[in-house]
Amino acid sequence: MLLFEIIMVAMGAVRANLLRSVLTTLGIVIGIAAVITMVALGEGAQRQVQEEINRMGTTVLTIRPGQQRAGGVSWGDAEMSIDDAIALRAEASDVVTVSPEQRSGMQIAYMRWNARSEVMGVWPEYFDIYNIGLAAGRYFTQSEVAGRRRVAVLGAAVLADLDESLSDVHPELILGETLQIRGISFEIVGVLEEKGDAGFLRPDGSVFMPQSTAQYRVMGSRNRLNTIYASTETPEDMNLAYAEIDRILRREHRIRAGDDADFQISNATDLLQTFNETRQTFTALLAGIAGISLLVGGIGIMNIMLVSVTERTREIGVRKALGATRKAIMIQFLVEALFLCILGGLLGVGAGYGAAALIRNMAGWQAVVAPVAVIAAIVFSAGVGLFFGIWPARRAALLDPIDALRYE
Amino acid sequence: MSDLIIRTEGLKKDYVLGAETVHAVRGVDLEIRRGEFVAVMGPSGSGKSTFMNMIGCLDTPSAGNYWLNSQLVSELSDDRLARVRNKEIGFVFQTFNLLPRATALHNVELPLIYAGVSSKERRRRAEEKLELVGLGDRMDHKPPEMSGGQRQRVAVARALVNEPALLLADEPTGNLDSVTSHDIMQQLGQLNEQGQTIVLVTHEADIAAFARRQVHLKDGVIERDFANEAVETAV
Repeated sequence: MLLFEIIMVAMGAVRANLLRSVLTTLGIVIGIAAVITMVALGEGAQRQVQEEINRMGTTVLTIRPGQQRAGGVSWGDAEMSIDDAIALRAEASDVVTVSPEQRSGMQIAYMRWNARSEVMGVWPEYFDIYNIGLAAGRYFTQSEVAGRRRVAVLGAAVLADLDESLSDVHPELILGETLQIRGISFEIVGVLEEKGDAGFLRPDGSVFMPQSTAQYRVMGSRNRLNTIYASTETPEDMNLAYAEIDRILRREHRIRAGDDADFQISNATDLLQTFNETRQTFTALLAGIAGISLLVGGIGIMNIMLVSVTERTREIGVRKALGATRKAIMIQFLVEALFLCILGGLLGVGAGYGAAALIRNMAGWQAVVAPVAVIAAIVFSAGVGLFFGIWPARRAALLDPIDALRYE
Repeated sequence: MSDLIIRTEGLKKDYVLGAETVHAVRGVDLEIRRGEFVAVMGPSGSGKSTFMNMIGCLDTPSAGNYWLNSQLVSELSDDRLARVRNKEIGFVFQTFNLLPRATALHNVELPLIYAGVSSKERRRRAEEKLELVGLGDRMDHKPPEMSGGQRQRVAVARALVNEPALLLADEPTGNLDSVTSHDIMQQLGQLNEQGQTIVLVTHEADIAAFARRQVHLKDGVIERDFANEAVETAV
């Protein structure tokens, strides 16, 4: 049970110099706390992005206009027209559902209130692609798209955006009422369920209408789409759908195979990948900061251990005279360094946990302290203790008992 | 088992100080039997301290052999020497060398910890030795709360706790007043009467007077070795 005795002695030594010990561990505390907090925030962000991506749907392909080029010179944004969407709907057999999106921020008015809102010209398939349900009423129909009818489906938060007092109005009650957009009257035929943010979209705050109506009545005959959305039945079909869309749009835009396309096809998984790449950079940076602070902390521990060995030279001499082997002395000082570092690690975990909770409450970010991060932090600080404790411990172990006993 | 606790044969120790070699001990042949009480005396520079360090297995000789309790210890490694010190030798130092933050009991237990004795047994034996030196009521006191004489008694208890073959006292009264010195020496005398082999290193004649035999060192060799006719005993 020698090890137990040694641990008790090491703890006693730490307790005897409590203030000094705590100050010494500060480097480790700060390093570990920073890592725990940052990892918690990173983990939280990861979850948030994952949730958004799940909301956006993992089977959705987003097609956006790219750069128009001629002889290596960019001509600005390329155009994507309703004809592209029609061609995709007609031909892309693997693409289950297609909807264009023509979007513009506009002033809307309802009774005596008005607000600025995102007006979206889409096809009815849009609601299917994004899986947005109805709170009341109905979606608009294909025939209403064909007839360029002035009907509108409101996002869940549009009423509340118009005025706080409208937020409690039951959606059923406003069906059939009139919404003014740019002075044009629209009949409200449906109100959507709450969806939450999904990527760059905020469907809850948007007003949806048939794409044809948006193009010809509201947005001044502008034949220019912001986006085309396409969704497949299952995630496995995504690659096939991608190839199909690429082929059709290249043909429509008369782009030869091998040339750069003037459109971009992306999906939520791409977004996740981008996020993960960013996160990797972030993690590397974090590891750097943590490494430096743990290095500095470790040197602090080594310094205080050297002081401790010098201060206790006589004690070491006595212990050696009474029969302590080199190993016993070495373990005693190593355990002391380890103990300091693990103490610092635990304090750091506590501080990091607190900081993550504080950020979660103050900033409303998600912050998740992963158990694996806690274990890694403690193991790592123990490693620092071992690494930086070994030299002072060795010095203690190799002291000559006669010199040590005579030391004043 | 031989009756010899200490047997040295041509024991030598040289130190290299810069370009000079100092011959601190130049060949000592000495035999000490079980139950003897020997005072090693000599002026400073006589090689007395160096000799004591070798006898105490804190230092190894440059040449010659040393048997402690029939075991040839002059060629052992550091860690083996640590074990010999732990089992065979009890030290009493001039400066007590107690751990200031530990209680008397813990100080006495210390050699037993390194001997790997269980905590219950340690406590029992440490208490027994503290009772023996008359400190049964001071076990939980720490050295700074004790007088010099009490501290040295704790050190004596610590030296005895492993039932060593040899009790080695290095100027045990050097930091004590004359009355307390007398008490401590009486204590050692009693221990010797009970059979404990004691080697006492001192330069004071009245302290050496408690021993039954005196060995005088000078310039690294034994100058005189004689039985003490008038042993100071308990009054």
